[in-house]
Amino acid sequence: MSKVYIALQDNDESRYIVEAIEESNPDSTVIHQPAMIRIEREGRLVIERAVVEEKMGRDWDVQELHINLITLGGNVDEDDDQFVLEWKQ
Amino acid sequence: MAAKKLNIKDKYRLLTRDLDWDFSYEDRKQAFPYEEFEGIKITDWNKWEDPFRLTMDSYWKYQAEKEKKLYAIFDAFSQNNGHLNVVDSRYVNALKLFLTGVSPLEYQAYQGFAHVGRQFSGVGARVACQMQSLDELRHVQTQIHAMSHYNKFFDGFQEFSHMHDRVWYLSVPRSFFCDARSAGPFEFMVAIGFSFEYVLTNLLFVPFMSGAAHNGDMATVTFGFSAQSDEARHMTLGLEVIKFLLEQHEDNVPIVQKWIDKWFWRGTRLLTIVAMMMDYMLPNKVMSWKEAWEVYFEEAGGALFKDLARYGIRMPKYAETIEKEKEHISHQAWWTFYTHGHAAGFHTWIPSDKELDWLSAQYPDTFDKYYRPLWELAKEQEAKGERFYTSGLPQLCQTCQIPMLFTEMDNPNQNSMRDSVFEDERYHFCSDGCKDIFDEEPEKYVQSWLPVHQIFQGNCGGPGVEDVLSDYYKMNVGVDNMDIKGSPDEKRWNEWKGIA
Repeated sequence: MSKVYIALQDNDESRYIVEAIEESNPDSTVIHQPAMIRIEREGRLVIERAVVEEKMGRDWDVQELHINLITLGGNVDEDDDQFVLEWKQ
Repeated sequence: MAAKKLNIKDKYRLLTRDLDWDFSYEDRKQAFPYEEFEGIKITDWNKWEDPFRLTMDSYWKYQAEKEKKLYAIFDAFSQNNGHLNVVDSRYVNALKLFLTGVSPLEYQAYQGFAHVGRQFSGVGARVACQMQSLDELRHVQTQIHAMSHYNKFFDGFQEFSHMHDRVWYLSVPRSFFCDARSAGPFEFMVAIGFSFEYVLTNLLFVPFMSGAAHNGDMATVTFGFSAQSDEARHMTLGLEVIKFLLEQHEDNVPIVQKWIDKWFWRGTRLLTIVAMMMDYMLPNKVMSWKEAWEVYFEEAGGALFKDLARYGIRMPKYAETIEKEKEHISHQAWWTFYTHGHAAGFHTWIPSDKELDWLSAQYPDTFDKYYRPLWELAKEQEAKGERFYTSGLPQLCQTCQIPMLFTEMDNPNQNSMRDSVFEDERYHFCSDGCKDIFDEEPEKYVQSWLPVHQIFQGNCGGPGVEDVLSDYYKMNVGVDNMDIKGSPDEKRWNEWKGIA
């Protein structure tokens, strides 16, 4: 299975998103690089709206992810409740 | 009673698919005249999926937020003399290359996506391409704004647009996009939307921008990552295009594979300049070009092609050559610019001893054997007051337009040269990849505007190289070019920093 990955700008909002990703994807790898945070996981990675809202303490629209997103690898599927990255092979 | 909020999927359907109309009195084929000549078969545009389901109202909302953040940082950067916080004056030369070589490509991408955003008859693809077109226009504008601050304090930024259309090494990125834009709409999408955006721009905008942050350049990392936040959407569009074409008809598979072979090779050649920027032009190193290549091309690209294997798509042709080249190309390119430093619109230099040691450590199999001896020789010549500049003009590859600076990968002491004869004329290439591309469409590439040929034909002023540089390229000779040592840039920097 290949790795999917996502990279976010290193800022206050992303910090909560990264915490949420770690909680929703227990065996993901978080790599800190200058000004950015890269998260990798085998096969599939999910960002759940409810978990991000819990971490941020406010409402969060999944499409707000666009603001701090740098890059990603994998097939994307997004709806109102979650954002999924996945390799299907 | 409050109106019920639409979910993303319903909103997307209403604000994209529902905006299309049927053609009752006009012929649909005449409305979209470029859709069939490439041989691509589309049976049902409704199968098009946009995984981000971004609609125009959300697009404006989020883009506005990105712009507000970005321009607040530009203001702070400028008000606080942010240019003084970069690591040293050498670093700024990477930005000169970025503004003259890369930012105008954003403008070409804007034009290209505006064109295909009109030419596809499927409304989902049209809307996605129009958004990308607007993104690209935003990128070129923000990059010019960011670098206008540097233009107040450093040489070499003043004529970026004029230079992009004329200068010998800038014809490499320029002709890359001209090639894509003069192809049909589906080839453009495979070239730029897929090959370039999905795999190759990551190498430019992710490790290089992280490197900008590491070198104290707040403006560049900010525009870089702001642009890249759109790029994630572009990558997803690129992947969607490929999957859509491959699922629509099996006859599309060999056509798409041919374009992938062509555009991965073209893109790899184009990124030579980024390789050089990362290994030689960033004084504080984040990662070597080789490492960046392994993460973003071999690992990420490998995963992508494994995913596409189910459609019958294989890795791009020459992947084995490309893998070997990561050990060599940054060194071969910087040596070429160093020896042609009088004809470049930015400064060049010999790497410091610390940097040479870093290169030796990062490239244990090649640097000490092939490249370090060149720099030791350059140091000796410089110490004797005989800093070397070549007096010749380089031969260019007919396809990628890069000087013939690459070597055979199995024998790095041997220059790589190929040629083909077409209608009694002989044409020269840097590689098998570039020769193949020419042989496939010779009628297209015989028209290439090769800067060195144009100079020799007398189309760029003259008679001497210096006349071409000053009058035709609009370089300030003796100011914008030559070594960083003794340059006005270096002198001003030392004054600002109180360095004797």
